[in-house]
Amino acid sequence: MGSVDFSWLIGGPQGSGVESGANVFSKVCAELGYQVFGKREFHSNIKGDHSYFTVRISDKLIHSNVNDVSLMISFDAETIFRHYDEVMAGGGIIYDSDLNKITTESVGTLDNYFKERLHQELESRDKPFTIDGVLEIAKEKGVRLYPVSFKNILKDLAEQTENPRMKGMVRMFNVIGVSLSLGLIKMPADSLLKSIDSIFSKKPKIAEINKQAANYSYNYASSKFTDFSFTLPGIEKQSDTILVQGHQGTSIGKMVSGCRFQSYYPITPASDESVFLESHELLEVNNDRPGSTIVIQTEDEISAIGMMIGSALTGTRSSTSTSGPGFALMAEAIGWAGMNEVPIVLTVYQRSGPSTGLPTRHGQDDLSFAVAGSFGDFPKVVYASGDIEESFYDTARCFNYADVYQVPVIHMMDKFLSSSVLTCKKFDTQKIKINRGKLLDAVEGEYRRFAFTNDGISPRSRLGLDNGIFWNTGDESDEFGHITEDPQMRIKMMDKRMSRLELILKQVPEDEQVISHGVHDYTIISWGSTKGPILDALEMLKKEGIEVGFVQMKLLHPFPAETVKLLLKNVKTIIDIEANHSGQLGKIFKQNVTKEIDYFILKYTGRGMTSTEIYESLKKILENKANKREILDHGS
Amino acid sequence: MALKLADYKTSVHNDWCPGCGDFGIVNALQMALAEMGIERDKATIFSGIGCSGKTSHFINTYGIHTLHGRVLTFAQGGKLANPEMTVVAVGGDGDGLGIGAGHFVAAGRRNIDMTYIIFDNGVYGLTKGQASPTLKLGEKTKSLPSPNTNYNVNPIGLAVASGFTFVARAYSYDVRHLKDLIVQAVKHKGLSFLDVLQPCPTYNDINTRDWYAGEDLAKESIERHSRIYKLEDTGFDPVVHYADEAEINEKLAQALIKSLEWGNKIPTGIFYKNETISPFAIRLTDKIPNYIENPPAKQNISKDGFPTTDVSAILESLKV
Repeated sequence: MGSVDFSWLIGGPQGSGVESGANVFSKVCAELGYQVFGKREFHSNIKGDHSYFTVRISDKLIHSNVNDVSLMISFDAETIFRHYDEVMAGGGIIYDSDLNKITTESVGTLDNYFKERLHQELESRDKPFTIDGVLEIAKEKGVRLYPVSFKNILKDLAEQTENPRMKGMVRMFNVIGVSLSLGLIKMPADSLLKSIDSIFSKKPKIAEINKQAANYSYNYASSKFTDFSFTLPGIEKQSDTILVQGHQGTSIGKMVSGCRFQSYYPITPASDESVFLESHELLEVNNDRPGSTIVIQTEDEISAIGMMIGSALTGTRSSTSTSGPGFALMAEAIGWAGMNEVPIVLTVYQRSGPSTGLPTRHGQDDLSFAVAGSFGDFPKVVYASGDIEESFYDTARCFNYADVYQVPVIHMMDKFLSSSVLTCKKFDTQKIKINRGKLLDAVEGEYRRFAFTNDGISPRSRLGLDNGIFWNTGDESDEFGHITEDPQMRIKMMDKRMSRLELILKQVPEDEQVISHGVHDYTIISWGSTKGPILDALEMLKKEGIEVGFVQMKLLHPFPAETVKLLLKNVKTIIDIEANHSGQLGKIFKQNVTKEIDYFILKYTGRGMTSTEIYESLKKILENKANKREILDHGS
Repeated sequence: MALKLADYKTSVHNDWCPGCGDFGIVNALQMALAEMGIERDKATIFSGIGCSGKTSHFINTYGIHTLHGRVLTFAQGGKLANPEMTVVAVGGDGDGLGIGAGHFVAAGRRNIDMTYIIFDNGVYGLTKGQASPTLKLGEKTKSLPSPNTNYNVNPIGLAVASGFTFVARAYSYDVRHLKDLIVQAVKHKGLSFLDVLQPCPTYNDINTRDWYAGEDLAKESIERHSRIYKLEDTGFDPVVHYADEAEINEKLAQALIKSLEWGNKIPTGIFYKNETISPFAIRLTDKIPNYIENPPAKQNISKDGFPTTDVSAILESLKV
């Protein structure tokens, strides 16, 4: 068990097909029964800057990347310069042999800060500032080098297929790279060809050319290079496995939950979700006419939230998807929805702030803002998903919380999740429940939208419902929804709304609020996408006989202080792990649980955490050699 | 039972200043709803912030008093989700053409079948009379420390340029004419815009009721002195009759030129009307054929607490 743990890295300029290459590779590995975890890193750029994709595969469940790369495939020089040192001893690098003499200076997209660090390293090792220089270092470490002339491959292909146009098809470098990799690790070729067919299903001619290139490259590598230490012939396939991408958990979750209106303004990394929803806007409905999701691209995020609220007032489950800067623009309207008890769901795919920050990079930067953002006191829910699989089920929960408690719900996702691809159990739609709370289908007698009730929640009419007329206002209002400045009514209305927070903590099942992955003397608290690398790091420690606990916070507002207090009662050392600078969960924890965080493991480079670096930091903590703030920096 | 005008009034105390032009607009709106016999629970008035924002509380239909500048966004979302509902959005000129100008332009491009009425008085009343986007350059209303340093927005011209397909102006003291225009605007298939000139007796001491009535002109013994006149009385034809680019361009240009008329003669009535441009719902129907019959607000999403949406085809495509 656990004998396969293989990490593959593909890199190249943006627009050169790195992502589609990685998708083919991931699909092939998943088809052969392996568990897959992949993650994409890219610049804020359309074409030319460096991007890379790391795909880790295993025969057991995995949730994250590790630092060590087993095989790297590059068809440009920059990938080699940036990643040569990540390849482990015994690993391999397939590279374009026409690049050997390229110097660091001739690669315009290598920034000076990186170059300076690389030059220092090369200088200290007495190597030239070229591809040859870095490859020598790799070789000395024990990395196997597999030079391939991509140009010659295209030339040979052109001759073999009697298609001279092949010679210039550099766009196929990604397929060639993937095929060389698969040939090297002896992964059966038929699933590669199947995968190409499915990707180009609408362009059979292009599929054919790509398959010829794939076949040729596969055979080239498998016959020419026979000394590589990894072979991955495939294992028994688990039933009901799917390969999902970042935004698919929340978007498919929205369809199933009955979200029928999504308004959004384009922003990285959130827009993929809206585009996916629009691409699947027509919905099959059991025993009913087809349904649909209305997806509206608005003029800004203020409009996106305004439209979503307008739609939600008609009783439609409505939502938006955004990222930090857009989320900030929505702040005022979130308060309006809170004031008027409108159920809305905001899916926030966080990235690195502040301001535009690192616009295409990861960060868990917006927890403090989600909890505190928007002026005035009003109830809302802030809820975080730990991985893509969770995000599917959590989306349904978020809509239920919104409807039942008549509050805005902020569903925290992030760029780590949005740019991941992984295998998981097929989403089980049978597990989804839909609870619309006190939404009315008919109204009898006099109706008061904000009627005082025992539980503080009023029956909810919707725009257009017979006899259900109500008024809303951002001003303080009476039971009808008309403006009032009466001090006694103000007290009653504020108390009515704010009582939701207690109610939520009381009624939401505890295992929806917090997940305990074990509690020990040393216990981690964390939230969101750090879950994957933490679980994998804990697995590494377990192999050494070390147990570290992990409490994963899902409900972040209202904060389940009592539950957390009880869980951590006997814990000696609390470690907070987050992808931000200030330890935002730690601050909320301290405020609510009135306990100090002993150690922080933080990362704010914009790159996702690997399990390796969490493991190493935890070791330091356990050995009492750690700083109070352990700052992680792996990843180019 | 036929609905009467009184049915459209709420008992909420109206706290506008005596003599405020807003009264004429709310009265006209109630009259228009009654005349069209629109069921009270099939109409929603969305309003912005400021004096005009209170309008929704005075009308006995669904009433959503939104955020400053954002009224069109809420209104469009409501209409898109429940297209059978009659939607009227109202707000001040600062709300719609200052803080909300971006939404104004974007709404025009969509042409959603609803009506937007701007209460146009040249000042921000509720914050004590600052200059609003329609106040003319160099004018100094009474609470301004110095004359206005900004050029004014031309609401009619902006609407025409943004894609509104019904563009009209009314005067709040001519309630009957205003009511007629509201009826036509609501019946129009597409996004209709009404710029309603409305004296603010407290803070705009330039564009007063007397000024609109041309009292000053009377003193100069000009014969027909009211500044306000009706385009329909002049034979002006605002309607695009054919889906013909040349005709559309001609009517747009004509509306724009008319919109620049100000001073001693101020046109009211319909400047532009074009039903050859598809309303947004029709554009949606092109890709979602049953959108009108089965819009978001009407869709069943669950049965006995379980979802009815079938995503098995999508999940199957992800299967390995």
